[in-house]
Amino acid sequence: MARMKFICDAERCIECNSCVTACKNEHEIPWGVNRRRVVTLNDGIPGEKSISVACMHCSDAPCMAVCPVNCFYRTDEGVVLHDKDVCIGCGYCSYACPFGAPQFPSEGAFGVRGKMDKCTFCAGGPEPSGSPAEFEKYGRNRLAEGKLPACAEMCSTKALLAGDGDVVADIFRTRVVQRGKGAEVWGWGTAYGSRQAGQAPAEGAKS
Amino acid sequence: MKRFGFGLCAALCLAGLVACGERPQANRGDLDTAPYAGAKNAFVDPGWQAGDKVSWEQHLRTRMQRGQNDYSRIP
Repeated sequence: MARMKFICDAERCIECNSCVTACKNEHEIPWGVNRRRVVTLNDGIPGEKSISVACMHCSDAPCMAVCPVNCFYRTDEGVVLHDKDVCIGCGYCSYACPFGAPQFPSEGAFGVRGKMDKCTFCAGGPEPSGSPAEFEKYGRNRLAEGKLPACAEMCSTKALLAGDGDVVADIFRTRVVQRGKGAEVWGWGTAYGSRQAGQAPAEGAKS
Repeated sequence: MKRFGFGLCAALCLAGLVACGERPQANRGDLDTAPYAGAKNAFVDPGWQAGDKVSWEQHLRTRMQRGQNDYSRIP
């Protein structure tokens, strides 16, 4: 199996926020934390486009590169996860992430930042899969239950695709061929390299 | 002596640059339980064998096609 990836089909997204709701419900995310959100480009202008954004589990993850305590790791499925027992809540990953994925729940007095929280591709964390300890810290581990991320499975128009990168790319390609437009995959060039987004790589750029 | 001082300074500067390097971002599957090992709860989707990677991958592929690919259902 290739690595896990997200694709948001901007031609299909209707900004219903069912992905956001599904994510918050599945993982019991507290107030103030949004692992996933829907962003509308050119809001109010005819031809506006909406996209669902969360952690893209980048090939060359900037959060992983800047973390001073090395709390991030990538699984064999290409999912970027982190260990909340190691995270110190410094917020460097938040500044580094091009998608605004890292979230920091306010805890205690004076709005002190808690441990970083982000999309796990519904793959939990380092604790035993499906254990209460894992659910408490990272939410449900749907991959270990033989399911796909809740956001994609609950998407009403199937705009948000999640799973094996080759399969979701193939599904998206079929759609583009059928409708004859909307081949742009928002965020893929940034997350997986420009070659993944169908553009020639820049001179000396990392892929 | 002057040459030695210059060399020492250059060596220290180079050593200081080591901190600017990036760590390799290799997959660290050993830090976590593999998802195909299955979750120990009552929510596991039936139809695949926990611990069998091929079975898990096939199950997810089927789920992707049936759940996300409209064109596989429309003739």
